[in-house]
Amino acid sequence: MSKAKPKVAFYWCSSCGGCEESIVDLAEDILKVVAAVDIVFWPVALDFKKKDVEAMPDKSIAVSFINGGIRMSEQEEMAHLLRRKSQLVVAHGACAHLGGIPGLANFWNKDTIFRKVYQTTVSTDNPGKIVPQEKSVVDGYELTLPRFWDTVHPLNDVIDVDYFLPGCAPHRDLIINAVTAILEGKLPPKGSVLAPNKSCCEDCDRNDTKPEKLTIKEIKRPHEVLLDPEKCFLAQGVICMGPATRSGCGERCIEGNMPCRGCMGPTDQVYDQGAKFLSAFASILDTNDEKEIERIVSTIVDPAGTFYRFSLPSSILKRKRMEAVK
Amino acid sequence: MVNLTIDGKQIQVEESATILQAAKKAEAKIPTLCYHPVVEPYAACRVCMVEVSLKGKADLVTSCNTKVQEGMDVQTNSERALRARRLNVEMLLARAPAAEPLRQIAKELGIKKTRFAVKDPEEKCILCGLCVRACEQIVGASAISFIERGTERKVSTPFGEPSEACIGCTACAYFCPTGAITCEDKYGRKVIHEEMYLGPTTAIRVPSRQAVPMVPFIDKEACIHFKTGECKICAKVCDREAVNYEMDDTLRDLEVGSIILASGFKPFDARRIPAYGYGRFPNIITAMEFERLVNASGPTGGKVLMANGEEPKAVGIIHCVGSRDENYNAYCSRVCCMYSLKFAHLLGEKTKATIYDFYVDMRCFGKGYEEFYHRLLKEGTKFIRGRVSEINDLALTEKEEGKLIIRVEDTLIGTVRRIPVDMAILAVGLEPSVDHNQLAKKFNISCSQDTFFLERHPKLAPVSSFTDGIFLAGTCQGPKDIPDTVAQAGAAVSEALALADAGKVELEPITAEIDDELCSGCQICVGLCPFTSITYDKDKGISVINDALCKGCGTCVAACPSGASQQKHFRDAQIFAEIEGILLV
Amino acid sequence: MSNGTFEPRLVGFLCNWCSYTGADLAGTARMVYAPNIRIIRVMCSGRVDPQFVLKAFREGADGVLISGCHPGDCHYQEGNYKALRRHRLLSKMLEQFGIEKERFRLEWVSASEGTKFQLVCNEFTEQIRKLGPLNLHQNGGRHEQGQA
Repeated sequence: MSKAKPKVAFYWCSSCGGCEESIVDLAEDILKVVAAVDIVFWPVALDFKKKDVEAMPDKSIAVSFINGGIRMSEQEEMAHLLRRKSQLVVAHGACAHLGGIPGLANFWNKDTIFRKVYQTTVSTDNPGKIVPQEKSVVDGYELTLPRFWDTVHPLNDVIDVDYFLPGCAPHRDLIINAVTAILEGKLPPKGSVLAPNKSCCEDCDRNDTKPEKLTIKEIKRPHEVLLDPEKCFLAQGVICMGPATRSGCGERCIEGNMPCRGCMGPTDQVYDQGAKFLSAFASILDTNDEKEIERIVSTIVDPAGTFYRFSLPSSILKRKRMEAVK
Repeated sequence: MVNLTIDGKQIQVEESATILQAAKKAEAKIPTLCYHPVVEPYAACRVCMVEVSLKGKADLVTSCNTKVQEGMDVQTNSERALRARRLNVEMLLARAPAAEPLRQIAKELGIKKTRFAVKDPEEKCILCGLCVRACEQIVGASAISFIERGTERKVSTPFGEPSEACIGCTACAYFCPTGAITCEDKYGRKVIHEEMYLGPTTAIRVPSRQAVPMVPFIDKEACIHFKTGECKICAKVCDREAVNYEMDDTLRDLEVGSIILASGFKPFDARRIPAYGYGRFPNIITAMEFERLVNASGPTGGKVLMANGEEPKAVGIIHCVGSRDENYNAYCSRVCCMYSLKFAHLLGEKTKATIYDFYVDMRCFGKGYEEFYHRLLKEGTKFIRGRVSEINDLALTEKEEGKLIIRVEDTLIGTVRRIPVDMAILAVGLEPSVDHNQLAKKFNISCSQDTFFLERHPKLAPVSSFTDGIFLAGTCQGPKDIPDTVAQAGAAVSEALALADAGKVELEPITAEIDDELCSGCQICVGLCPFTSITYDKDKGISVINDALCKGCGTCVAACPSGASQQKHFRDAQIFAEIEGILLV
Repeated sequence: MSNGTFEPRLVGFLCNWCSYTGADLAGTARMVYAPNIRIIRVMCSGRVDPQFVLKAFREGADGVLISGCHPGDCHYQEGNYKALRRHRLLSKMLEQFGIEKERFRLEWVSASEGTKFQLVCNEFTEQIRKLGPLNLHQNGGRHEQGQA
């Protein structure tokens, strides 16, 4: 490689922007990154156009950090473009990694989402019932919009992804470690998630407060109970995804006295975070009585949304059955 | 010890002995009526009078309650003693002329007729009070006593009313020396079947003549001692002092390496088929009852007798009672055909009765069985093919009067027949033993559809159960005859010995394992293991499986939220591949 | 599918001690039952991970059966109760995914109940035949955009 600094690109797809923020949140460390690399594409911060990227030679970008899930044709197109131009692609953050919160839209489809957003919400004023069209002609000009899909996908559903940086948003240590590893060429095997392969209980201060036999008789939601700031959430009857969620997040939610919601996704051995958590959670319900089991289960308001809060598009089922979406 | 002379014989007895007891030792015969070795002597009948000389002074005493003294000279048959005895017996005879033992003693004393007035020639009670003493001292019930005075004196319950104190033990009848008290069957039947399955028995007994060990036990439910605290006769008569009332059931914990279940069967309860009249008609008996009846050491000494003590002229043997019948048990009990043939043979040997054998199919599957069947055919047993529909006593013709009528469709000649017999033997089938279900639960054994224990594999593991180290032998696994039972028991023993011989147990290779590198110590699995094989290692912060305790169910694996726990040979990846495989086409 | 009739594809997770033996009994007794079920043997119904159920649906199963020992009869004491708890919660969640709860069945079949296994298979097959195919393979596919 020449003396030229490695080129880096950032892009956002279907995401909240928090992952972009996570770069800025590196604080003074960002200066080191900026000193070490050449940022060639970062629409959220710098003015680059698609054609600038297209003009670059293939594989000329050392690494592209792409955050957000793939929800529209434009995102897929950009993902493909950056893939072509980059040596490495890193799925940056929970949405690119798993689908993320926007992935919960997979319980609906394009029609139901559009109907809700453009027609039926209380604050919508749209007497013409106009919904976005891919093509529309205004004053003789043809305007186009990207195609909105029925389903949100994680990044690796549309392109080959080299590494995954998990978290919503990824913890600064994980980002720095990732960048350092890339710059130093000390890369783990392709496809790795750049975080420890153990679940959150590993690092959780509350793990030792678990009783000898962890069981749950009553399920409580965080707002229904005064949460003990030191005791294991599961031992308090509160759903905490920690046991089924990869560690490395810095346990920021736990520190804030909120149970883990699973943004880091499952460990490598687990195929489906939600199902696995469901299994663990159902197993520790403290009754063998059929009626009592059903009663406890009925108190879980939204199991799918709770267990798949971040991982629905990358789960085994990926989305709600199309025939069943109304 | 005390030295004395009885009829010139010098003997030494214990100080507490009575003259009667000493005489017994000296082999001098003294007649008694009101004496019983286990009841306090009362000297009521006074037929045991003897002449005693002591320090030159002679006197007449009752031997049953007079204690021995040093230097006593007892004459049991002196003229003076005999005279007194005769007078007493004569007076007793006047009161109870029908008392057979009394008449016997009178005869021996040369008394032909009493000189005194006889009030009731049928009277047997000599008013000795042995029954009253037995009821008080032995039974502890004190239900009977003497009532009235003088010539009206008699033994009775208070006011002659049925007494609540009476426990119906019949001890009074047992002790009565003259047969004045009898206990009779309410229906006036003669009870001939007094042993197991055939009628009342004693509270202390050996379970059966073939019992091993051949040791009696006390049936607490029936024992008078356990009802009233008294009696203890068995202890009194046992020279070895082996009877122990304090002994209680004890529970013992034994550590064993393997267990062979041989809990056997119970015979089908013939009462469940009301149409067969068992329990309603006296001469309808089950196979077990017939076995006792025909047993040489049984109640009739091996004679085949009906309830009235007569030999039956015609006997019907009914097959498949409770077997091969959708209403009761659909399975074949396998042993009934052959024991029925044996019964037919024994009946032919021991009686002149005509033997009818009602069979559904003759199943003579074993070695030499078919030949035995042919022998029976030649011996003249009348085989009728068809399921008996009913046994009743409703005679239609004079010939059927007083008989049991067996109604059956003879499927070989295609007609319904009525066969009059004197005795019917029900060849009852086999059912799992009484506590079968509790055993199954306790040992974690599955049961097959016929409710017998299920073997691990019908062909490849016929003596193993689904639980390692627990083997099955005999009819608990399914109806089978003795040769098959012995074979299976032998196999079960060798399986157990093979385990013992190896000295170690091979663990199933399907245990769960936790990868230290992946376990975060969330402890979800710890409480899920029913065998407590998972513990949380606080120092390492991981959960650990004890291989020897893990039985390999995989429940913890399914629950492990981080996938750190895997079951050998049932790994997630393996099952995922299986799912993909079976759904390929 | 042949002759236009829909043949459901069913996956059965059977425990080794009761239901698998029961199914075996149905086989050795030559009982005829719907051939739609494809069986995977696990040691205990407690081994059945909800991931397996989802995977089976994803791979094209129209119905999934978990069958274990009757309550109280579990060879491992209480694995079947774990299966029961997971089944109830997973059923509820599957409904959120638009997968009818009838497609996910939990049954207790003992080693002696060959007849019950036969009945369950026949009944389940007919039930799913009425519900129709799940068609999950058309859902969430990677190149869905091409189909829209």
